[in-house]
Amino acid sequence: MTTITMRVNGKDVSAPAEGNTLLVNFLREDLKLTGTHVGCDTSQCGACVVHVNGVAVKSCTMFAEDAAGAEVSTIEGMANADGSLGTIQQAFQDYHGLQCGFCTPGMVMIAADLLRSNPTPSEQEIRDHLEGNICRCTGYHNIVKAIQAASGQDVSAVAAE
Amino acid sequence: MYAFDFVKAASVEEAVSALASGEAQALGGGQTLIPTLKARLADPGTLISLAHIDSLKFVRAGDGMVEIGGGTTHATVAAETAQTYPGLADLAGRIGDPSVRNRGTIGGSLANNDPSACYPAAALGSGATIVTNSREIAADDFFEGMFATSLEEGEIVTAVKFPIPEKSHYEKMAQPASRFPLVAVFVAKFADGVRVAVTGASNDGVFRWAEAEKALSADFSVAAVQELKHSDDDMIADLHGTAAYRAHLIGVMTRRAVAQMV
Ligand SMILES: Cc1cc2nc3c(=O)[nH]c(=O)nc-3n(C[C@H](O)[C@H](O)[C@H](O)COP(=O)(O)OP(=O)(O)OC[C@H]3O[C@@H](n4cnc5c(N)ncnc54)[C@H](O)[C@@H]3O)c2cc1C
Ligand code: FES
Ligand code: FES
Repeated sequence: MTTITMRVNGKDVSAPAEGNTLLVNFLREDLKLTGTHVGCDTSQCGACVVHVNGVAVKSCTMFAEDAAGAEVSTIEGMANADGSLGTIQQAFQDYHGLQCGFCTPGMVMIAADLLRSNPTPSEQEIRDHLEGNICRCTGYHNIVKAIQAASGQDVSAVAAE
Repeated sequence: MYAFDFVKAASVEEAVSALASGEAQALGGGQTLIPTLKARLADPGTLISLAHIDSLKFVRAGDGMVEIGGGTTHATVAAETAQTYPGLADLAGRIGDPSVRNRGTIGGSLANNDPSACYPAAALGSGATIVTNSREIAADDFFEGMFATSLEEGEIVTAVKFPIPEKSHYEKMAQPASRFPLVAVFVAKFADGVRVAVTGASNDGVFRWAEAEKALSADFSVAAVQELKHSDDDMIADLHGTAAYRAHLIGVMTRRAVAQMV
């Protein structure tokens, strides 16, 4: 066991962990940040996406030790300071971008990753960026629409399929 | 996963000496090795993480070459070779998905030599040189069949040197679930000839299609390869496609690649 320290959502945290502890298990089990989900555990679904030093990663496919000393953001850090929903989260609610909600933490994190480098993405750019995030419920249409709306683009003409 | 010790190497020298101790294995971006460890298909006593070795992370261009550090992520290659070697940048930018590209490295991909991986096609198709902690290996000598390379036990890919072609294009038929190529072809046109590398198709892993290279070197046009057919001997056959289908795709992907370049 070694003690792993990192900065998660702006707070310094540390906990002891085994060498084979995955970042997602460190977040969920040691730090009790259970907003980040495990959908597949085989690197396919993206439910576990968090940001490490400013870029999206699948936290089920990274060891906690490799994130030691890093700046990590999770879905728990996406709300506004007063606890109200952040812009992307609010857009998911407004445009019905979720049904069961299991994929949503990863979807919001990958959306935030896209909007940081591309503030007004096209529909195709959004779909390309969601390639590693799987949703079993929505059919993606409203997720794409929510992300477009969160980026400040007019989605009133986008059909509600 | 089995239990193992985790060591973060600070330098190539440190990693090489840690790897010399037998039971240890190198960890690059982990995008292949971590799923393998979860499936208990590997049981290293110690994992040596290369992710914190700064000297393995660079992209340098000059003298008609691009040199890329072995620990450079796919996302960085896609961003930093866009001007100097757009065919390579495009290939790197379509590996897997954005989160995979932020972790996976070129050294890990080449060392793994998955028969369906993208980078081996670029390395072989460009006539690249693979640089390790102890020597330089021409791509033509590096790939030795499915998941096999000429790397010795504990040898680390520290860099890859790509000669920049006049033009290049990577045409990938992505398997829709995994995003890996079902079959993909990298075509590179140099002043002294054309190289054509095929991935995803053969039980022997990445290979050069000699007939297409000859035809395209004589006449760089779609017509030159219009009638060429690759044999289906020893092609991969699985639930995603038969050997004959893969052999057919080699021709189709080659023609599509050339069509993008003329
Ligand atoms: C969902 C998903 C989709 C993917 N899609 C594609 C795709 O479309 N195309 C594609 O090509 N790949 C794809 N991949 C694989 C991905 O590109 C991997 O990143 C890559 O194959 C391995 O690189 P890595 O750095 O992650 O290596 P690791 O997983 O860390 O290691 C792989 C192997 O290489 C060894 N190794 C690692 N680094 C070095 C080094 N510097 N020197 C020597 N040995 C080393 C390790 O010991 C291990 O045996 C995908 C992966 C996932 C999870
Ligand atoms: S849980 Fe990590 S990709 Fe599915
Ligand atoms: S809302 Fe249920 S998986 Fe996406």
